[in-house]
Amino acid sequence: MKEKLKSMWQTLFGDSVRAFGVVSLVFLASMAIAPAKNHFSEWRHYQHGYLKMIRNRSDAVTLQRHFQGGIQQIWLPDLGVTDRCTSCHVGLKEASLSDVSTQPFRPHPVIPHKVEQFGCTICHRGQGAATTVAEAHNSTLAWEQPILPAKYIESSCGECHREPLAGTLQLNQGRHLLSRYGCVHCHTVKMPDGRVLKATDDPPSLSHIADKTSREWIYAWLKDPEAYAATATMPNFKLSDNDARDISAFLIANSTPQPGSTAAISSKASPDPAAGASLYGESFCASCHAVQNAAGNLVGGDIGPELTRVGSKVKPEWLQAWLRNPRIYDVGTAMPHYRFNDAQVATLAGFLEAKADPDFLANVHLDAATPEQIAHGKRLVSDYGCASCHEIAGVKKPENFAPELSRIGSKPVTQLVFLPGMQRTLPDYIATKIKQPRAFGQGLKMPQYTFTPTQIDSLATALLAFNDRAATLPPSRTLAAKPESDYQPAGKAGKLMTDLACFSCHRINGHGGDMAPDLTWEGSSVQRQWLVDFLKNPNTLRPALIRRMPKFNLSDGEASELTDYIITVYQNPAVDRDSMPLGGYSQGQIELGRQLYYGKYSCQGCHIVDTKTDKGYIGPTLTSVGSRLTAAWIFQWMKNPQALRPGTVEPNRDMSDEDVRALTAFLISQKDPAKSEIAKARK
Amino acid sequence: MIRHSLEIATLLIAALVVLASCSRKTVSIPLPTPTPTPFGAAIVESSGGKQIAQAGTPLPQALVVQVNDEQGTAVPGALVEFSAAPGVAFDPPSGLTDSGGQVTTNVTLAGMAGRYQLTVSTTDKAKKKVALKIEETALGHQQTLGRQLNDQYCDRCHNPESTVERVSNYDNLEIKPHPFTEGDLLNKMSDADLTAIISHGGPALNKSALMPAWGDTLSKSDIQALISYIRAISDPRNPNAGPVYAKN
Repeated sequence: MKEKLKSMWQTLFGDSVRAFGVVSLVFLASMAIAPAKNHFSEWRHYQHGYLKMIRNRSDAVTLQRHFQGGIQQIWLPDLGVTDRCTSCHVGLKEASLSDVSTQPFRPHPVIPHKVEQFGCTICHRGQGAATTVAEAHNSTLAWEQPILPAKYIESSCGECHREPLAGTLQLNQGRHLLSRYGCVHCHTVKMPDGRVLKATDDPPSLSHIADKTSREWIYAWLKDPEAYAATATMPNFKLSDNDARDISAFLIANSTPQPGSTAAISSKASPDPAAGASLYGESFCASCHAVQNAAGNLVGGDIGPELTRVGSKVKPEWLQAWLRNPRIYDVGTAMPHYRFNDAQVATLAGFLEAKADPDFLANVHLDAATPEQIAHGKRLVSDYGCASCHEIAGVKKPENFAPELSRIGSKPVTQLVFLPGMQRTLPDYIATKIKQPRAFGQGLKMPQYTFTPTQIDSLATALLAFNDRAATLPPSRTLAAKPESDYQPAGKAGKLMTDLACFSCHRINGHGGDMAPDLTWEGSSVQRQWLVDFLKNPNTLRPALIRRMPKFNLSDGEASELTDYIITVYQNPAVDRDSMPLGGYSQGQIELGRQLYYGKYSCQGCHIVDTKTDKGYIGPTLTSVGSRLTAAWIFQWMKNPQALRPGTVEPNRDMSDEDVRALTAFLISQKDPAKSEIAKARK
Repeated sequence: MIRHSLEIATLLIAALVVLASCSRKTVSIPLPTPTPTPFGAAIVESSGGKQIAQAGTPLPQALVVQVNDEQGTAVPGALVEFSAAPGVAFDPPSGLTDSGGQVTTNVTLAGMAGRYQLTVSTTDKAKKKVALKIEETALGHQQTLGRQLNDQYCDRCHNPESTVERVSNYDNLEIKPHPFTEGDLLNKMSDADLTAIISHGGPALNKSALMPAWGDTLSKSDIQALISYIRAISDPRNPNAGPVYAKN
């Protein structure tokens, strides 16, 4: 063997001339590798494939003319973009290739941005300068950022677009969930513009919890919130039996009575289920509260807590006091103060108490708490950061209880701990962490939420948008979110509106909920008497809706106080409510309006004027619109509905003033028959 | 001697070229599949076909299929496998039918908009593959925008289905609107026709005035988005609405 090698060495490098020849040959060969590598490069291979593919197409000539060979590059220095993706993704701008299913030749789907202006990596991440698939798409030693999986792509929209954007449902939902599920109670999220993301859930104060519920209920709730209510936003802390026992002991021992919140009521809870159900329905409790029906489906809104098993939770005397005036126990509650009389309180309390699940607390038996248990419970309460969400007397709200997430989207993969078997990427880490937070190690405190896979993807999408680039973009490159309005109405009427929790459903001047109509211009739109009557006894304008305005049992004084305030203050400068009369239009004009209504504009498709013939019920019923709206509002509304209420479904029909005047005359002649008769009788 | 050295040099070059062209290749390890005992003769869809989701996101409902024998009775314990174009994920990718002969899987469509053809297969007694094809639709950004506009402005009349939260106005209309899935009719209409009827209302194409004009409410790009959504969800498929992604 050794002999052989020796003779080979002799053959190759035996004398200097031969050695020189051999070395030169090797050198020459290695020089040839570079052009060879270039020749066999991936992008050239794809470009060949592309040319072959388009050859037999009917649009081959156009495509061939558009084709440019060689490495392509989009260079946008101010965005830090050097993207060579179009070297392989050759057909990116060819809309006519939409039938092609093989990558990299698909055209880009239609989006509002142009690739020449933004490049590719701004949205897709990955390594733009790379010219091989592996380097461009995957993370390499020199480049950590891999391509962003398509399901999180909207996070890139969120870097610049801070306001909710039409068409990015997932991003919008993710941002909403961060607030709605109170993630931001523990995790600070500072937006790039300096705002701190605020929670929109409303975890109750626990300082007077013993007034409201029993220690047994607290125990069972802590062990598994979802066993009590499928819709619970409280996560599961996976507490041991002893820990749940001690926390419940501490919370009860720590609770102080809230004066008035358990005031006894003269009449006892009424067991009449029919009367209770009808009062529950009339008061539109289901607009905010959900109840599981016999089929197991949840029916109702999610502003207030689910009431399926509320009878197993609350103390009867607390419930009665709460129904009478919830603001005594919780001054900031979203629940309106219904002016129920004692009999109504008794009926409703009886109805709700019957919503109990005897099995729920059947297996909870707690002995009297010892001082050690209470002390241990207090320690656990501060360990788990309960006061991050709940107000608890004597326990300070911890600051920065959990890691700040303001730049989570740029967290280096090297700083993350992965579970065995999971993909080593940041999006996967975030998604898995939300899905099973406690799997990442012993002693972790983040509780277990029950999110659907879609919700987890949404949350990860929203979180990925909080990254270094988003934080450092110049303001000229971003679209700022509208600052949250903290509008509050003034005076006596203002207090009344707070008491009735109008802002839980209605929005005024940018503040409030979105379940019910925006009332910012209500003062220009409605007639005074109608509003008084409506507040006293809200009849329904849209019979197709389940969620409606409840009856608050207002006194005459309250209804007129509120009406005067609304009519005076919530005026639209473009609508002068007294500029057009409420009657006295010529019969000819009214008749012309009727023809336009049923003919040219076919309003009956969505509205009802005559209950005998019309059926449409997308828009409000107009049978007595002449007793409800001002003529000036009807006129301006039909001219341009979106100007008065952005996003309304009513289409802008670009009507002439003449048509609008006739339609207004026709509609204002639709008076409430009941009221006209009263008016006639008075005469 | 020189010939020898030449040979060796060529070998060296060849080796270098081979080394240079070598690239990393990923090796996928097939997951162990459960072993079936019984065999069926046919697969039928129970629910979950023809759904619509945003590209890259899970379908709203799970896909449920049933394996039947020659007589049409459900076969429990048969092995069913799901497959589709790369990027489509099934959870689980295969399974044995339950006591009702059914298998349920959650489907996440891949990141590109278009139709996806899912293949559901099982083997019969003769060890032959029995397959069922199911189509699902993934929406891109523009179509998602169109879908939102549809939900806000069109769906209440054009979709005959009512839900508890949203009562359809379809039955109230004397002249019935066309559901947007009605491909037989809508595929024959050009984009220009659809634009005209949306912008100027039914009378623009001698159709009912109950369809109002939306041209002053929706922008041009809104209307384009709506049309791209209508094209995407059409059944039968619109031939111009993009490719069908199927198993390679």
